[in-house]
Amino acid sequence: MPPTVLIRLDGLVAGYTGPVVGPVSVSVQAGEVLGLGGSNGAGKSTLLRALTGTARVFDGRIERRPHLSIVHHQQRPERPPELPLMGREVLSLLGAESDPPALIRPLLDRPIARMSGGQYQFLQAFACLNSGADLVLLDEPTNNLDGDAIEVLGQLISALPSHRAVILVSHEQAFLEAHCHRRLDVQPWMA
Amino acid sequence: MDGLMLFDPLFRVPLLTGLVLAMALALLGAYLRLRDEWLAAFALSHVAAAGGVLGLPLGLPVVLTGVLAAGTTALVLGLIRTISNNHYAWTILFGWAAALVLAANTRQGSVVTESLLRGQLYFSSIWHLAGAVLLLGILLLSLPWLSRRLMISRFFPDYYQGNRIPVWPHRLLYGALVVGAAVLGTVAMGAVPAFAMFFVPPWIAFVLCHGWRSAVYCSVLIGVAAYLLSFVLAMQLDQPFGPVLVLVLAALAPLRLLGYLR
Repeated sequence: MPPTVLIRLDGLVAGYTGPVVGPVSVSVQAGEVLGLGGSNGAGKSTLLRALTGTARVFDGRIERRPHLSIVHHQQRPERPPELPLMGREVLSLLGAESDPPALIRPLLDRPIARMSGGQYQFLQAFACLNSGADLVLLDEPTNNLDGDAIEVLGQLISALPSHRAVILVSHEQAFLEAHCHRRLDVQPWMA
Repeated sequence: MDGLMLFDPLFRVPLLTGLVLAMALALLGAYLRLRDEWLAAFALSHVAAAGGVLGLPLGLPVVLTGVLAAGTTALVLGLIRTISNNHYAWTILFGWAAALVLAANTRQGSVVTESLLRGQLYFSSIWHLAGAVLLLGILLLSLPWLSRRLMISRFFPDYYQGNRIPVWPHRLLYGALVVGAAVLGTVAMGAVPAFAMFFVPPWIAFVLCHGWRSAVYCSVLIGVAAYLLSFVLAMQLDQPFGPVLVLVLAALAPLRLLGYLR
């Protein structure tokens, strides 16, 4: 595998108790933002989970660059009720506290239990993008975000250093078109 | 009861055993709440009680068979991918029924079951104290590493799997600490009082505090204060310790309202 390729999927069929998505063949290069499109239920989130090893691979294979680091922003980020953690503490888990944008700064010293759904979604997406992981998987990161936050999120994605890459799942076509270098439409698995 | 009995050397070991356990249980309770697994402590306490009774006919120590039963249960529950409080609730039902059925069919079983469900703090031995100190020591020494791992697993559930970092070391250590705390807490305080110590202090602390560290300190402080107050009240008023502890902790729960006023 060429050193600029971070991850390569070769005829990948993934799912849980049975296949859900695939076959998918694609490579992700360093510096690239790959957009994943497809209808509801096509298996976009399942594909991301297969990359982290939490969905089952039924066929095909995943090749990773040695020592590749991955971080995954989930579609519905975990937020246990009444948890007293501050925004700063969540960012520090991934070493992502440095240079927060203006929209994140007010959230640093706010308990996550007192954030709106959009604020927490934005904080989680920023934690992943600012974590330093080689490959960032973003699953519907624009959910619940207002226009300003979507714009900042797009700037963060575009400013990613050239040795890192993003795989972005979004139902917002304009966001995908504005920030992705390439787009792949995912198809559900057909028996 | 004579107030001076509080300072009787006879009660030093029970007092210290409960004090150390109050710290350990309230501290671990914060992590059980973080992971939404707080009912697990109640489940493991009941299974430990059943295990303790099961060891009687074999002549084995209650703590040993309690740990074996609770540890095996924790391992089995750990295999369930979508573990939830439903599974823990089922385990409580099973453990409670098993403990009482075994008690009814075992010599001295009723006495032991009664003491495990209600607690026997005043009969704590130096071995119970040593176990509690060992538990707290391992917990405090491992906490900087363990806490970070448990947090990342909670907020970014597939982080370790995605980066091919094994999760079994922190899962095993955390599970062993919870099992050890549940068994020692059950033996010393009783199943329900031990659960109250796992559950109530972090439940209050989480709404009173901003920041994880302050919430953990607050949880331990509430646990220790409730324990000491209960110990004194039980001695002075000649009341059973376990129910008094549960009453004191339950009475503290309205402190949560202060958190909503902030």
